[in-house]
Amino acid sequence: MQAYIPQADNIEISAAWKKVQTARMQNRPQSRDYINALCQDFFEVKGDRCLGDDDAIVTGIGRINETVFTIIGQQKGITIEEKKACSFGMANPEGYRKSMRAIRQAEKFNRPILTLIDTPGAFCGIKAEEKGQGTVIAEHLQLIASAKVPVIAVVLGEGGSGGALALALSDKLALLENSYFSVISPEGCASILFKDSSKAQLAAESLCLTPDDLIKFGIADDIIKEKPGYSRENMAYTVYKVKQKIKEYIDELSSYSGEDLVKRRYEKLLNMKGFNN
Amino acid sequence: MKLFDENINTAKDLTEIKKPEFLKCSECGREILKELVHSNLSTCVYCGYLFRVPAKNRIDMIADKETFIEIGAEKTSTDPLNFPDYPDKLEKAKEASGMNEAIITGICKIGGYKAGLAVMDSYFMMGSMGQMVGEKITDLAEECTKQNLPLIIFSASGGARMQEGIISLLQMSRTTAALNRMHDAGLPYLSVLTNPTTGGVTASFAMQGDIIISEPKALIGFAGPRVIQQTVKDKLPEEFQTAEFLLKQGMIDRIVERRELRTVLAQILSLH
Repeated sequence: MQAYIPQADNIEISAAWKKVQTARMQNRPQSRDYINALCQDFFEVKGDRCLGDDDAIVTGIGRINETVFTIIGQQKGITIEEKKACSFGMANPEGYRKSMRAIRQAEKFNRPILTLIDTPGAFCGIKAEEKGQGTVIAEHLQLIASAKVPVIAVVLGEGGSGGALALALSDKLALLENSYFSVISPEGCASILFKDSSKAQLAAESLCLTPDDLIKFGIADDIIKEKPGYSRENMAYTVYKVKQKIKEYIDELSSYSGEDLVKRRYEKLLNMKGFNN
Repeated sequence: MKLFDENINTAKDLTEIKKPEFLKCSECGREILKELVHSNLSTCVYCGYLFRVPAKNRIDMIADKETFIEIGAEKTSTDPLNFPDYPDKLEKAKEASGMNEAIITGICKIGGYKAGLAVMDSYFMMGSMGQMVGEKITDLAEECTKQNLPLIIFSASGGARMQEGIISLLQMSRTTAALNRMHDAGLPYLSVLTNPTTGGVTASFAMQGDIIISEPKALIGFAGPRVIQQTVKDKLPEEFQTAEFLLKQGMIDRIVERRELRTVLAQILSLH
């Protein structure tokens, strides 16, 4: 079979690539922007009580629409200093352990969990490996899957691989219009499979990583529309839409007991099969 | 009279003789007949280097004789994303391995103890996990829950299968869900790490075992060593990402020699 070569006039291809580019835009609102806009009384909790703290993951407690949530958000950073502190949104094991601490507390106090996803992937480096990056993501998945409280996930921008998935295992998954979720970055895929990193466009198209694709596969529940010109300065409309969606989800999910939530979550996941082209 | 006919190779027959296949030992560099390697626990006869084990051979090593009953042998990828060149690669992998997917799953006895056994095959597209690898694991875990059986998974994988994109990634969540159900039922899950165990497999079921053991010198990590090398642009520490290092770091319980695996697994099963 011949590799499918993208044409300049192929609208579909530019659409997937455009989503990836928009999701990565500098001025795009991040988790802290959302936390500030969604709740007025956010209390941040820090540290994993074991290895340290990680600015790439923000955790805390805050009230959204009269419901107190445990919020876990991935932060890339705005200024150069913050970006460095956040490792550009790539969390280390201590970040995931802090998140696990937040999940355990959410269960103790019967608080629903809101995760905000925006990461190119989990941090990749010597220290991260030594401290068990793989182990911590595996344990995070186990824990969030078995949490006896509602879990709502919203993808704000980049949904990069296992590092994003750890926070995406949920009862409800919504994606902003210009976000993506992928097993690997289009550039990484292009250089490994197509032996040519300039074929990232083709990779973006082939990977089926757009919100529409995720809806089509039944992996995500909703796409949240962005107002044209959506940015850190112009996000009120989109925040309003996100807030509405959270309310809609929590109204539905609060009717289930903790045990039922977990049971339904497992069933939903195990029924996601039989995908065909 | 046909006295000698049966023993004489005609010229035509000679061309039909299968070319012997050799495997090169990465440790001592010697070339060894493939059959010889795999009939010797996939170990180098000269230096003891551990070759990667084909799933079928692994089952022969671990399961009690003639007890393994395979589940889902027919399952094979459907190319859910219509990914460029993927059907071609799949066909080649199937032809070369005689398998339909990068994993064999079934139920067997080990030292007399009945258990679910899943073995990944790194010779099939580097043991990558796509929809069907995930599905075969979840099906087996569900069967174990139903039959009240322990589960053993031998991991050997480069990670999620890129050609199945988000659906590969989804398998990390799905296998977690199925294993959590086993966990809730109080059933043991033993994870055996073999060379190599990386990426999405490390970040899901491989590291979720109640007990995690590994073969010696196996490469185990989240990001591949080449990717890390490119990122840090520095020399990687000597034992980095080896089973021996993970044991020191407290990430796994024990390193077990290949020839002792069956006995150790039976011992663990007897304690549960």
